[in-house]
Amino acid sequence: MGDIVLSGVYKAFGDKRVLENLSHTFEGGKVHGVMGPSGCGKTTLLHILLGLLKPDAGTVSGIDLNALSAVFQEDRLCERLGAGANIRLAAPHLREKSALKALFDEMGLGGAEKTPVYELSGGMKRRVALLRALTAASELIVMDEPFTGLDDAIKETAAACIRRHLDGRTVILVTHSEGDVFLLGGTVGLTLPLL
Amino acid sequence: MISMLLRNRHAAFALAALFWLALWHVGSVLVGEEILLVSPLAAAARLFEMLQTPVFWQTAGFSLLRIMGGFLLALLSGILLAAAAYRFKLAHALLAPLTGAAKSVPVASYTILCLVFLRARSLPLIIAFLMTLPIVYDTLLEGLRNTDRKMLDMAKVFRLTPLRRLRAIYVPQCLPYLVSSAGVGVGIAWKAGIAAEVIGLPQGSIGARLYETKLYLDMRGLFAWTIAVMLLCFVLEKLLLLLINRAARALERM
Repeated sequence: MGDIVLSGVYKAFGDKRVLENLSHTFEGGKVHGVMGPSGCGKTTLLHILLGLLKPDAGTVSGIDLNALSAVFQEDRLCERLGAGANIRLAAPHLREKSALKALFDEMGLGGAEKTPVYELSGGMKRRVALLRALTAASELIVMDEPFTGLDDAIKETAAACIRRHLDGRTVILVTHSEGDVFLLGGTVGLTLPLL
Repeated sequence: MISMLLRNRHAAFALAALFWLALWHVGSVLVGEEILLVSPLAAAARLFEMLQTPVFWQTAGFSLLRIMGGFLLALLSGILLAAAAYRFKLAHALLAPLTGAAKSVPVASYTILCLVFLRARSLPLIIAFLMTLPIVYDTLLEGLRNTDRKMLDMAKVFRLTPLRRLRAIYVPQCLPYLVSSAGVGVGIAWKAGIAAEVIGLPQGSIGARLYETKLYLDMRGLFAWTIAVMLLCFVLEKLLLLLINRAARALERM
């Protein structure tokens, strides 16, 4: 996995400037925290990295759009499908029930594989979203406040599971808590200013 | 006692229906002329008589096959056209004036026009199709346009195949729109189909029987056939919604 390079990235919504002349290099295979005050453009930056938004100026290089996965700010799960079916949607290679069960156990979700998402608690949904991002074939995982709604003990379990399954992939993590970055063994390499 | 019954949706419906039937009966007694307003009991008795004759079932079958055939064709075409209009701007631009105009064309105009080119026997099918298609198309297109943008972004990031997008995102989000359009569409198909039959008089249709009741001032027959159409429409609507829901669940589980 190579480096991801942002060069002079500029993005505005109407008159509101969100990102201005942003240049930064995310080293491949590492966990990178992106921090900054509310409204500074962290989520916008993630959407640019995911190819969901185009920068008005500047370039982003080093990302294969066919090798991405993400934990969005909201869970974005298919509510009527089972938790396991949600994982398989993004990770069709995960056919064996035992492999899926082992992952659910590791994430502290044992027995919830067939439970429809609408019956899960907020914290459980979040962990299903984390598992989906981990299991999808990818080189870069983008995470937007991945531990929202998880208490400290569950957060530790989830972080340990994520660390075990990163397999050298690059992670770019947006968070308000430096501790979340450290939990995943990363460093805060970029702090965005409020424009 | 009544407030307790009203808490149950089905009981409340039955109570309200009984109230209106009683009012209808009182009205018919007050009018005192069956030729003007037949009583519900007399209409029910006539319907019961009709149910025991093969002619009734042949007539109902004739109209049912054609009207529901037209409706199902409209449902299928509406789904395909809405999907095309959602996906391709050109298809939407081409269809917009057509569906817009189709909504306001009177059944009579369609019927007379169709009679120039077609046999009266195929009239209910064509009219049910033409009247239902814009409803299904418009409602489903609205459903597709209201599909959660964030879920579509998720599908893009995770590179979900078109089939997976269909079953995981589009089907669950568009199902309420499809059910709604199908529910409204069945009613419209029957109303328009029977109206077309009354104008075109295809032999052996419900519309032709209704026309005969007018000729012979057979108010009992008129009400009996009307109740029969209402019952057919009600049963078919429930059956159809059940089938649509089952098909959607099956597609989601694929």
